[in-house]
Amino acid sequence: MTDTLTKKDFKSDQEVRWCPGCGDYAILNAVQQACATIGKPQHEVAFVSGIGCSSRFPYYMNTYGFHTIHGRAPAIATGLKTANPALSVWIITGDGDALSIGGNHLAHILRRNLDVNILLFNNEIYGLTKGQYSPTSPAGTRTKTSPMGSIDRPFNPISFALGCGATFVARTIDTHLKHMAGVLEAAAAHKGTSFIEIYQNCVIFNDGAFDDVADKKVRDDRTIDLEPGQKMIYGKDGDKGLKTEGFSMVRCAPEEASTWTAASPYGAPAFLMSGLDHDPEMPNPIGIFRSVDAPIFEDGVNGQVSAAIEKKGRGKLKDLIYAGETWDINS
Amino acid sequence: MTTTTQSGELPLELAETVVIRFAGDSGDGMQLTGNQFTTSSALVGNDLATLPDYPAEIRAPAGTRAGVSGFQLAFSSRDIHTPGDSPDVLVAMNAAALAVNYKQLKPGGLIIANTGNFGEKDLEKAQLKTNPLADGSLDGFRVIEIDINKRVAEALKDSGLNAKEVQRCKNFYTLGLLYWLYSRPMDVTEKWLRDKFGKRPELAEANITAMKAGYNAGDIHQLFQGRYDVKKCQELPNGTYRNIMGNPAVGLGLIAGAELAGLEIVLGSYPITPATTILETLAAYKHYGVTTIQMEDEIAAICAAIGASFAGKLGVTTTSGPGMALKTEAMGLALMTELPLVIVNVQRGGPSTGLPTKTEQADLNQAIFGRNGESPIPVLACATVGDAFECAVEACRIAVEYMTPVILLTDGFIANGAEPWKLPDIDALPRFEVKFAQDKDGFLPYSRDEKGARPWAKPGTPGLQHRIGGLEKAHLTGNVSYDPDNHEFMIHARLEKVMGIRESIPTPKVEGAQNGKLLVLGWGSTYGAITEAREQLHRKGIEFGQMHLRHLYPLPKGLAEIFARYDRVLVPEINLGQLARYMRGEFQNVEFLSYGRTLGLPLRAHEIAAKIETLLEQ
Repeated sequence: MTDTLTKKDFKSDQEVRWCPGCGDYAILNAVQQACATIGKPQHEVAFVSGIGCSSRFPYYMNTYGFHTIHGRAPAIATGLKTANPALSVWIITGDGDALSIGGNHLAHILRRNLDVNILLFNNEIYGLTKGQYSPTSPAGTRTKTSPMGSIDRPFNPISFALGCGATFVARTIDTHLKHMAGVLEAAAAHKGTSFIEIYQNCVIFNDGAFDDVADKKVRDDRTIDLEPGQKMIYGKDGDKGLKTEGFSMVRCAPEEASTWTAASPYGAPAFLMSGLDHDPEMPNPIGIFRSVDAPIFEDGVNGQVSAAIEKKGRGKLKDLIYAGETWDINS
Repeated sequence: MTTTTQSGELPLELAETVVIRFAGDSGDGMQLTGNQFTTSSALVGNDLATLPDYPAEIRAPAGTRAGVSGFQLAFSSRDIHTPGDSPDVLVAMNAAALAVNYKQLKPGGLIIANTGNFGEKDLEKAQLKTNPLADGSLDGFRVIEIDINKRVAEALKDSGLNAKEVQRCKNFYTLGLLYWLYSRPMDVTEKWLRDKFGKRPELAEANITAMKAGYNAGDIHQLFQGRYDVKKCQELPNGTYRNIMGNPAVGLGLIAGAELAGLEIVLGSYPITPATTILETLAAYKHYGVTTIQMEDEIAAICAAIGASFAGKLGVTTTSGPGMALKTEAMGLALMTELPLVIVNVQRGGPSTGLPTKTEQADLNQAIFGRNGESPIPVLACATVGDAFECAVEACRIAVEYMTPVILLTDGFIANGAEPWKLPDIDALPRFEVKFAQDKDGFLPYSRDEKGARPWAKPGTPGLQHRIGGLEKAHLTGNVSYDPDNHEFMIHARLEKVMGIRESIPTPKVEGAQNGKLLVLGWGSTYGAITEAREQLHRKGIEFGQMHLRHLYPLPKGLAEIFARYDRVLVPEINLGQLARYMRGEFQNVEFLSYGRTLGLPLRAHEIAAKIETLLEQ
């Protein structure tokens, strides 16, 4: 049965209600296709989201879905996945949901390494509340709540995830469907929390926020795809390279390019790479920043329950109640 | 009291009820000493009740008033209901402990003071200008002065322990002395010490030596004129008993409730005083299929529990007032998605951080009314430590039968207080087995059964894929709906479902007078104090009715008929009248009088009795 799954099998009967031209459509399309490719039947898949434009996502998937409350999707997913580790669990969130109100839960799910996939739709703006600066908006962003420009320094979601000890960290672009498909499949295959930042264009409130690097016309020259085990070569004609030099990343000729490893025992190379984002002289990295193995949270939790049952035998209610020092009264 | 003399020994007096308060520094081990005395008294067959009273600071500056930790216990040959309004005996391990506690002692009460900690510096730390042992402050009390520091050092001079380790045994010296005074056996504590210090037997032996030295000191040093005995209580119903505290009782009730529902528990929690020991209790019972997750905060804790409930487990979260405030939005989500969930609030003194280690009943408004929107959530409260078990089972039943979050209120007094618990007949407990949705034909996630509950379909079930969330749901399909009529329909559907719980709960029984001038209406941990007040007044020939509410929302049926049999209803509670105000809204023709105290302490029986007497004289 699973070999016959198609994208259509993952479409729900609900009308999709994002603004025309929103990057979310392309992501929905790619995720439905990825689910079909991965081949897990619909009833074994659950999408959990928080609040915001992106968080309507579960309604459009013909899987189990939970549209929760603002910022809390990682916490709800922790209970869900721990209670049923057989499920494939996907968390859908945005820059405000994940990094403002839900920053604490995001940090903790990443350090726990629950085996779920987190898709953070980053559009650098609050969309559903009609355009206020978000925790990823560049300083100086003018919105109705920051008429003279925002003061806050933004989060870099990739640096944040790496700092939390995430075991799989990647970035892709809503309009780069082929790339997104590859990243989604790699994330699904990873055992542990997979964190994917998706550059997502908000056509209404922050149109073109990523055009300088993500627009198809400049994309090949302005981004570098981090492919583990491959040389760091980029450019439309494959004529540019990157190499590590001490604690820096520098441009170089393609034949001098270093090989990218996402499995360094230290997070430093990935963290260094995450810092290139806003350097006009450097390519903006996409692809897989980090992919390492670590113990999985729900395996540990459920393993302790199994071990306790194996060691002590399945507890009987009567033994529980009648435990310790008891005495009888018979008068 | 009867006095008997055993040949060659001091006279042995029989006492009916004794109230002892152990008081010392936070680091002196007073809670441990009190708990050991409690366990030994339970095994003698006494009825008992305890009141630990300790500061929020783990180790406040030694010797200061702020650092005083107390443990009060009442033990009796009678069926008793409270840990006592005022102690017969005060054990004061230092000057500060004496200063803080002696005024609450009964007139003529006994003070055992450790003179080793009454030096100039000790007095200064206790903010005492003169030594109360010498300045006449204690006139009217019987004072026994012992230098416990010195006695322990003498008893353990050959133990090989250093001076600091030796001084840490002084609570067991004190315990031994009290065991002698009240004719308690030492063997249970001896066994406990050997288990506790299994890896350091020299510490077990030192504590046992100290305890025996304390016990023997009673005889050798002729400190007291006599000893006491408190006989086994014959008034308790027949059955098997164990001694238990409220938080573990809640934990056991949750495990039992889950088992009766045919489910496994997933507890999402975050440490908070005084609820933490429920998490600790359940974390130790993994072999009962219990999963505990210590989450990153209160919100994450309830959310993990909700996620687990979505997956088909019994989600549970445990907390106290400030944590309840944080969980509020998620409670609304559980209500909207109509998932079973048990939320335990071990109430403490508020508002804000308030008094973490003290007791209060001021979260009733929050439990019943404290959410955005029309958001009915069933609320229960337990009356005693033993009742905490039953209430936890009942909370599980309501949660799964009605697909709803349920709030169970206990408080710091029940949480840490201990009582003999008559163990329930497990096989006789009614089961409420959950049936998950399986059939995809005609599956509608927001259809309702005869109780108004929606079907529970676990992710992983083929063909039952559906989406839930906090947005308003369309009747039957559960799709997002902004339709005005549907919204109103669903508000009523959720309310009627919860109100329907009334069909499954009994009308509370009235104890004492079945009609007359006064009914006393209580809820939660005041049950013991109100009962004690009723018994005190009964002995004086004064009668009134007593009714206690376990189900606070929805209220049981039949209350209006009961209220109609009395002229007035007095509502004692540890808040400023929250139940009384709620009742006035529900029963507008009844006169409810509020008696509220907010000392961070349980209500005192004699104060309730005095209030009732005044009212009945009017």
